[in-house]
Amino acid sequence: MASIALKNVSKSFGGREVIASLDLQIERGELVVFVGPSGCGKSTLLRLIAGLEDVSSGQLLIDGRDATQLPPAWRGLSMVFQSYALYPHMSVRDNIAFPLKMARRDKETIERKVTEAARVLNLQDYLDRKPRELSGGQRQRVAIGRAIVREPVAFLFDEPLSNLDAALRVNMRMEIAELHRQLGATTIYVTHDQTEAMTLADRIVVLNAGRVEQIGPPLELYRRPATLFVAGFIGSPRMNLLGGAAASRYGAATIGIRPEHLSLSTSEGRWHGKVSLAEHLGSDTFVHVDVAGLGTIAARAAGDLDVRHGETLWLTPDESCLHRFDAQGRALAA
Amino acid sequence: MASTHTGATARLMLSPAVALLLLWMAVPLAMTLWYSLHDYQLLMPRGNDFVGLENYVYFLTDPAFFQSLANTFALLAGVLAITVIGGVGLALLLDRPMHGQGIVRLLVVSPFFVMPTVSALVWKNMFMNPVNGLFAWIAQVFGMRAIDWLAEAPLLSLTLMVAWGWLPFATLILLTALQSLDAEQKEAAEMDGANAFARFIHITLPHLARAIAVVILIQTIFLLSLFAEILVTTNGGPGTQSTNLAYLVYSQTLLRFDVGSASAGGMVAVVLANILAIFLMRLVGKNLER
Ligand SMILES: Nc1ncnc2c1ncn2[C@@H]1O[C@H](COP(=O)(O)OP(=O)(O)O)[C@@H](O)[C@H]1O
Ligand SMILES: [Mg+2]
Repeated sequence: MASIALKNVSKSFGGREVIASLDLQIERGELVVFVGPSGCGKSTLLRLIAGLEDVSSGQLLIDGRDATQLPPAWRGLSMVFQSYALYPHMSVRDNIAFPLKMARRDKETIERKVTEAARVLNLQDYLDRKPRELSGGQRQRVAIGRAIVREPVAFLFDEPLSNLDAALRVNMRMEIAELHRQLGATTIYVTHDQTEAMTLADRIVVLNAGRVEQIGPPLELYRRPATLFVAGFIGSPRMNLLGGAAASRYGAATIGIRPEHLSLSTSEGRWHGKVSLAEHLGSDTFVHVDVAGLGTIAARAAGDLDVRHGETLWLTPDESCLHRFDAQGRALAA
Repeated sequence: MASTHTGATARLMLSPAVALLLLWMAVPLAMTLWYSLHDYQLLMPRGNDFVGLENYVYFLTDPAFFQSLANTFALLAGVLAITVIGGVGLALLLDRPMHGQGIVRLLVVSPFFVMPTVSALVWKNMFMNPVNGLFAWIAQVFGMRAIDWLAEAPLLSLTLMVAWGWLPFATLILLTALQSLDAEQKEAAEMDGANAFARFIHITLPHLARAIAVVILIQTIFLLSLFAEILVTTNGGPGTQSTNLAYLVYSQTLLRFDVGSASAGGMVAVVLANILAIFLMRLVGKNLER
């Protein structure tokens, strides 16, 4: 277990800045999620920490020691790649044992650790298979197995679930959370999926175009988004963002209100419009209302609410839960 | 049924090609087999009597037979070793990003386009000649005795010439294989603590196994019947020191006008080539399964 610190780290590819000067402190045992849209530099940042790319400037500290110039193998980090990067010609056993063989551990230790990892990850019956004979979820487990046997000071995951189908993704997400609880290891997890970030993270780092938008625990990001970008990115369904007169009423360039902070009525309220879509999820119903001059606003209602397309509804925001942003997209104090 | 119907149509459509191939291969083979059992000498047109296996006995007991057999395999092994090892090395170098990549790759590939007879003559006259050759000049610069390559080490000289011609082929195939290696696999191995050498042994080489098998298979097919280079340089000599099986057959049919025993030699070569082919197909088959 180690702490990881980034000091003024930046990265350019041939003059194009991909990561702008960035500071980040990751504590021991913490699970930090980098989240952001595709192409925002999440993988690049992770590869900088892993040592697979060299930083253009700045410093990387692992447990307080400067690791900026250390080759990847000496940083004591394990990485699970998006493609899993399993060695196709080796059996599952040899894949998991590979880091130990490279570290010249003795036969018994290797055997013991591989068996232990296989038990934890439910891979005992597949040890003699080749990666191509495994399902996506099993390959994922092998990649994790290969990462845990060397007992790294920290784990790095790069979109580990993006190649799995939706049901399996939820399962593996829980398994990774469980594994993190068991091992208690420092973990950096990269994803573009805000649900994954919200459910897994101790702290989330929201990245946008190579810059940090906000760092904080999931609920803090949800309750107090520091920027318009975070407000729109975190939370599902998305926060309703309104500009124009509706916003200037509150002295802001843009206001945001989450679907659950709107109350519905059939007779009175602040805004009214026709229902364009009602999503009945069972426990909740998400109603999309076309409000003249404001666009479509989503609101959460009880699961048994009986509304149909075309009906007129009135919406009233809970003003204590309103988010206000200035013209630069920064949050204004409540 | 649709499938049997299309199956029949497919067979019908294939049949001209198959028939042509059969004709092309089976007829010469049958004729060779036929001649090999007869006393057929162009210089003695006295009717071709059936002589049973006499031609085979004659060919197999030829004092040069076992040497030519050994030479065939020595050439094969030498050229394969140089091209595979050299090809992997060159492919690794060419896979690195560098300036003038396109030109360098073109230059590396170019020997493959030089006719074997031409390249052999260039080697013989411009490099290995004991008086005018470049190697002789280099030896003199260092005050050493010039080596008469083709006389003193005929088999080694031939191996070098032929390997030079085939190296680009091996390099090209291995380079394309190398470029298909997943970069994340190499990075994963790097993070797993494998140094450059370990990455080569555990990741790159297994990835190249299939391409290496293909290189070996294709080159073996061509190298077993190596002929032009020998004809224009050593003529199989000195003595029979650089005579391979193909050249032995030639020296018996053309130089002795004995079609019968040359055919027997041809059949022997066919059998040997097939034995080798079985082993090779096993090797390649095992690699292609992945
Ligand atoms: N090796 C590279 N050379 C040049 N540009 C790169 C390289 N790797 C990534 N980039 C660029 O950096 C940006 C961020 O990429 P990446 O970190 O992979 O994004 P993400 O993982 O968030 O989707 C992209 O615009 C990408 O084109
Ligand atoms: Mg990425």
